[in-house]
Amino acid sequence: MLASDRVFGAVVIIGSLAYVASAAQIATPFFSDPLGSRTFPMAVGLVAAICGAMMMLKPDGEPEWPALPALGALALSTVLLVGYAYALRPLGFLLPTAIVAGALSWQINPKPKIAALTGVGLSIGLFLVFRFVLGLSLIGLPRGIL
Amino acid sequence: MDIAANLALGFSIAFSPFTLMLAVLGCFIGTIVGALPGLGPSNGVAIMIPLTFALGLDAVAALVLLTAIYYGAMYGGRISSILLNIPGDEPAMMTCLDGHPMAKNGRPGDALVISGVASFVGATLSTIGLMLLAPMLSRVAYQFGPAEYFALYLLAFCTLGGVASKNQAKAAFASCLGIMIAMIGLDPNSGMARLTGGNLHLYDGIDFLVAIVGLFAVSEVFFFIEKHGKQGALNIVLGRVTVPWGEIWSTRWVMARSSVIGFVAGVLPGAGASLGSFLTYVSEKSIAGEKGGFGTGVAKGIAAPEVGNNAAAGGALVPMLTLGVPGSGTTAVLLAVLVTLNITPGPTLFTDRPDVVWGLIASLLIANFVLLAMNVPMVKIFVKILDLPPAILMPGVTMVSFVGIYSLTGSYFDLLLVVVFGVLGYVLRKLDIPTVPVILGILLGGKMEKQLRDAMVLSDGDWTYLFSSGISIGLFIAAFLGFIAPMFLRRILRKPQVPDSA
Repeated sequence: MLASDRVFGAVVIIGSLAYVASAAQIATPFFSDPLGSRTFPMAVGLVAAICGAMMMLKPDGEPEWPALPALGALALSTVLLVGYAYALRPLGFLLPTAIVAGALSWQINPKPKIAALTGVGLSIGLFLVFRFVLGLSLIGLPRGIL
Repeated sequence: MDIAANLALGFSIAFSPFTLMLAVLGCFIGTIVGALPGLGPSNGVAIMIPLTFALGLDAVAALVLLTAIYYGAMYGGRISSILLNIPGDEPAMMTCLDGHPMAKNGRPGDALVISGVASFVGATLSTIGLMLLAPMLSRVAYQFGPAEYFALYLLAFCTLGGVASKNQAKAAFASCLGIMIAMIGLDPNSGMARLTGGNLHLYDGIDFLVAIVGLFAVSEVFFFIEKHGKQGALNIVLGRVTVPWGEIWSTRWVMARSSVIGFVAGVLPGAGASLGSFLTYVSEKSIAGEKGGFGTGVAKGIAAPEVGNNAAAGGALVPMLTLGVPGSGTTAVLLAVLVTLNITPGPTLFTDRPDVVWGLIASLLIANFVLLAMNVPMVKIFVKILDLPPAILMPGVTMVSFVGIYSLTGSYFDLLLVVVFGVLGYVLRKLDIPTVPVILGILLGGKMEKQLRDAMVLSDGDWTYLFSSGISIGLFIAAFLGFIAPMFLRRILRKPQVPDSA
């Protein structure tokens, strides 16, 4: 049986060993203390790998993974948030915030009216608060327009 | 005693109108944050951090605001436990057990008042405890060298891991993951880049605020999306709120005992408020016995965990301020704030910055009275806020935390990292791997390594130096026991049934 804990344990082991390997590559500095730059990260990586092995050997009960539609919603939200990270500087605050906040609201509760109001309301409301109450230098609209 | 003089200094700072206003504001925000299911004290404080910096608050002001939120969240957590049977935050879990039955029995007002008073008693006594114990502990802490600090950090990871999860391997992994993340960036001793994969953005390391916001706030949003925000609607009508004096008086010994237990649980590094409320409830239940009627909605069952978690909240500040080792998840977040504000908690804090320490203590005492007022006569306002649908609330939380981080660092890369940590937090929590040790690891990992390296420099590479003092041997033994003990205790102390929608 393919238990989540076993899969995750395997990922942890591989990831930790890769971490140990890359920690072993750290160049030795000119002046070094007795312990050096490598030992501690390598030791922690090894402990993590052991933990991964423990998870594989003694897996817990299976968590309730979301069904496919919910998983899709989560993936979409992640993509939106990544897009937001890239869009915030070139497009200004108002537009991306309205879109992402509205979309998130719609993902939580699929009511278009509430979602649209949440998006627009949060975007404008937060902009006013951040800009004028807290005095942050946010750019409201794309540079070309302002 | 110089406590009186110090306290006078503290009150002179705390009673300035601006600080007072921040304390009241913090209490208000904190109670809301605590009351809303899904937003715990760590979340609440984490979201507010970037805003604190944006406001340009100085150290005392920032700390007063954030600890007021912290205390407020501890008070507020009980509101949704009692009315919705959904703990507003993890420590409020135990309050569901008797609080919700009492509310269903038609006495929601009494349940809220009893728990509000209990919160006040626990928080006030533990703030006094903090006042007395912290200066003493800070004098002991002067004797700590690198070996002792290394052992202390190890203790924090072990006890936190032991309590935070059902599976020791998972808790230990969470700590390791945090420490591994902390190693990324420039090596403090040699100034060379480590484990950055050549990415220039990573040379400064990963800011723990980014990790905190991602792991707590964003992962919470993901959970709401998954569940489509199906939140139990408020189906209990809160009538007139009166004070059941007799019942409160009948719990006086429960409150006294629970304050002590809660405070001690809070002081232990890593244990925190959840353990406090758990221990107090379980011990009061066994004192009361079968006839006590615990679980059916009795006053003692409400008072014990509420006193416990609020007392632990104050206790958790003791190791954070004196040793720089947080006693709980939220104090880990507070520690992050202090470090960012260039204040190094530890024994020297008490001599170098008495204004910070005593201003904080005085503000906490004041905040308790404000919170009592907000949570007993004005509790209805917060009950109204519980009706706010998650479809509006959670996008707001997300946007505030993103803009907060952006305004702090101005880097799109940090926003990406927030999303990465959000996804990571979601997966970890799904797999029942606690996220608080990850934060603690990111926060303390670098220091832990530095202490170990300093110890090795002092001893010229002799490992036995780590075990050369009584204090460090004691701490190592405590760390070992703290990690091992829960495995055995778990079999004896079965956790009572709690709602799984924490």
